[in-house]
Amino acid sequence: MMPIANGGRVSLREVPQLPVERFREEIVAAVGRGGRLSAFFGRPDGDGTLLLALLSSGETSGLAAVSARVGDAYPALTPDCPQAHWFEREIHESCGVTPEGHPWLKPVRFPRGDVGTADFYRVEGPEIHEVAVGPVHAGIIEPGHFRFQCHGERVLHLEISLGYQHRGVERGLVGGPDRRTMPYLETLAGDTSIGHASAGALVIEALAGLAAPPRADALRGVALELERLANHTGDLGALAGDIGFLPTAAFCGRLRGDFLNLTATLCGSRFGRGLVRPGGVLFDLDPTRADGMKARLANTLRDTTAATDLLWETATVLSRFEETGIVTPAACAELGLVGPPARACGLERDVRYEQPCGIYRFRQIPVSTWSTGDVLARANVRALEIQRSAEFVAALIGSLPEGPLRTPTGALAPDSLAVALVEGWRGEICHAAVTDDRGRFAAYRIVDPSCHNWTALALAMRGQEISDFPLCNKSFNLSYCGHDL
Amino acid sequence: MIRALVARLRQKHRTIAYPAVVPELPDRWRCRPVIAADLCVDGCRACADVCPTGAILTGSTPPLIDLGRCLFCPECAAACPTGAITYSRDHRMATRGRDDLIVGDELRLARALDDAALRVFGRSLKLRQVSAGGCNGCEADVNVLSTVVFDLARFGVQFVASPRHADGLLITGPVTRNMEAALRKTWEAVPTPRLVIAVGACAISGGPYLDHPETLNGAAAVVPVDLHVPGCPPHPLTILDGILRLLDKLPPT
Repeated sequence: MMPIANGGRVSLREVPQLPVERFREEIVAAVGRGGRLSAFFGRPDGDGTLLLALLSSGETSGLAAVSARVGDAYPALTPDCPQAHWFEREIHESCGVTPEGHPWLKPVRFPRGDVGTADFYRVEGPEIHEVAVGPVHAGIIEPGHFRFQCHGERVLHLEISLGYQHRGVERGLVGGPDRRTMPYLETLAGDTSIGHASAGALVIEALAGLAAPPRADALRGVALELERLANHTGDLGALAGDIGFLPTAAFCGRLRGDFLNLTATLCGSRFGRGLVRPGGVLFDLDPTRADGMKARLANTLRDTTAATDLLWETATVLSRFEETGIVTPAACAELGLVGPPARACGLERDVRYEQPCGIYRFRQIPVSTWSTGDVLARANVRALEIQRSAEFVAALIGSLPEGPLRTPTGALAPDSLAVALVEGWRGEICHAAVTDDRGRFAAYRIVDPSCHNWTALALAMRGQEISDFPLCNKSFNLSYCGHDL
Repeated sequence: MIRALVARLRQKHRTIAYPAVVPELPDRWRCRPVIAADLCVDGCRACADVCPTGAILTGSTPPLIDLGRCLFCPECAAACPTGAITYSRDHRMATRGRDDLIVGDELRLARALDDAALRVFGRSLKLRQVSAGGCNGCEADVNVLSTVVFDLARFGVQFVASPRHADGLLITGPVTRNMEAALRKTWEAVPTPRLVIAVGACAISGGPYLDHPETLNGAAAVVPVDLHVPGCPPHPLTILDGILRLLDKLPPT
C-alpha cells in the first residue's frame, strides 16, 4: 500500500494496483489490525473499473492507498470486513460493478430515479406490523424514509432508505476547481460548511503543493470548533426537547444561535460560508474583534453549561437517556463508526488526535469519550466536547499566529491523488480527489461521517420501543444531504 | 425543580423586541449586494466572471443582480477592481414575484396578501416545511424562528406536522428529482386556499445546483410560489420579515 499523509498527495502511478484477491486480503488484514476504511470508491477505467481504497491505519498516523482493476464483478469485501458494506453498495450503484457475496446490495442514493423503491428487509409473522415514515417528516428536517418492523411497540429492525437529497454534488465537482467548487463544498452539508470546506481546501492545497499560512490554519480551527459548539449545543437542546424537558430545549435553542452569531462576527455568515478558501481564509480577526468574541464566548459557554448541567441533575432525563439506543463497542469497531457515536463507545477515534492536520498539529484537544454507548453517552460526549472546544477557541483567538491569511494557489498537479481528513462535529470527514492529465478533478469523492454512521442508528433501534426513535435519531443527528450528495 | 427555576432566571428574557426594535446584524453580515454606479466601469466583467451562479447580469452599467441566484458569498466584492460592490446590512429582501428579485437600485419588497386572503391567513398561518434537497442551512435558520429569540408564534405563525393542518408550505432546497413527487403530494394535501414560501437561493433558482440534471431549479417548477426569501441561507430576520410583510404585519416600505 502507498502511504499518504492527511492533507497529502501522491502520483496516481505510485498507488499500487493489485490483483483483486490481494487487494481484498490487504484491506481485510489492515482492518483486522485496527485500520479503518476512510474511503472506498470506483471510477471508470477503460472497459473496467478501478477500485481505490483509502485506509486510516490503526497503528500509525497517516493513510494508505491501494487500488485494483476489476471487470463486472469481484469478490465482495463486506463478508470479511463489514465496514465496507456501504461503500460496496455505492460502488454497485454508481459503477455497475457487482461485489459478489455482499449480503444486501440495496440502493444508496437512487441516482436514476425510483427513489424509495427497494427490496426492504421484512420480518414475517402474524403479529408483525410495519411502520413507514417519510420522506417528509413531521418537523423541520431533511427528507429520508424509515421502515420499522415492529412487534407491538418493540422494533425488531429499522430499514433506512435515503437518496431524496441527491443533487449531484460529486458529479458537479468534476472538471474543477472552478467558481462553483467552494459553494458546493459549503452546501453539500450546510450545517458542516466549515468542516467540508476545510477538507476541500486541504485537498486543493495538497494538489497545488502549498500550505495555508499558520494564521489561516488557526482561523479555520476557530471556525471548526465554533461549528462544533453550535451543533453540539443544538443537539443537546433537541435531545431535551424530544423527551419533553423544555428548560434545556429552550435555553439551548437560543444558545446555539449565539454560537452561530460568533461565526457570523468572524466572517459574516452564521454557517461560516465565505471564510475558507483554497490557500487560506478570507477574513481576519483583529485584536478588538477577538476580544469581543472572547467575552461573548465566555458568556455563552457559562449559559450553555448551566443549561446542559440541568440534564444531568434531573432524574427523569437520566432515566430516559440511560440504556436507550445502545451501540456496542464491538458493533462500533466492525462498522467503523466515527465521531461522537464512536467515542460514546469508549473508542479514542478523533481525527484531531489521530491524524492531526492544520492547527491541530500544534494545539491538541483531549479526546472526549464515554463508555456506555447509549443516548446518555452520546449526550455526554457532546457536553464534554463543548467544554474542550470552547477552551480551545478562547485560547486560540487570544494568541493567533502572525502572518498572511492566504497563500496564492497555482495549477494543480496532474494525474495525482490527494486526500484530507477533518474531524467535523459529526465525525471524520474524508475528501479524496483524483486529477486528470491537465490537473482538473477527474473524480472527487466525499465521505461524510453520516455514511459510516447511519447503520449504527438502525442497530441502536433494535429491541427499542418505537417511541424511542426520535430520541435515538437525535442522539446521532446524521446528515441526509451529506450522505445523499 | 428549584434548580430549573434558578437556571431559568439566570438565562433571562431573550425574546427580541422586533418589529418595534430591529436588531443590528453583525458588521460583516452580507445582505443585498449594492453596486455604486459611479464606480462601476463600462465593459468590465470582473464580478460576473467570478459569480458561482451567474447572478450578475451584465447587460447594463452597473449590472443588475438576481438576488434569487445570489449566494451572498464574498467573491464579487473581492473581485471588483474599483470596489464598487458592497453589501448592505438591510435584512429586508423578500419579494412576491420572482422577477422582483432582479434588482438595480430599487428592491420592490413583498406586498401584503389581498384582503380576502388576509381574512383567511392574517391572524393565523400554519406552515408545513418541506426540505427538497436543502443543505440544512435554510432548515436550521427556519427552525430558529421557533426559538425563544424570535418566538414566531407571537405573530400567529406556527410550523405544523401535517400538511392537512397547514395553510401553506415553506420550501427549502433546489427540489431534487427524488423529492419532486413527495413535494407535489405534500402540496396537494394542503387544503385550499394555500400559500407557498420559497426560502433560500436553492428553492428560488437552484442556487449552487442551478441547472443540475438531478434538480429542478427550485420550487416554482412544481408549485406556484407566493413569497421568495433570498439568501444562502437567509438570516432568520429576513425570513420573518418576508412572512410578516405577506401578512401585512409590518409597515410597507
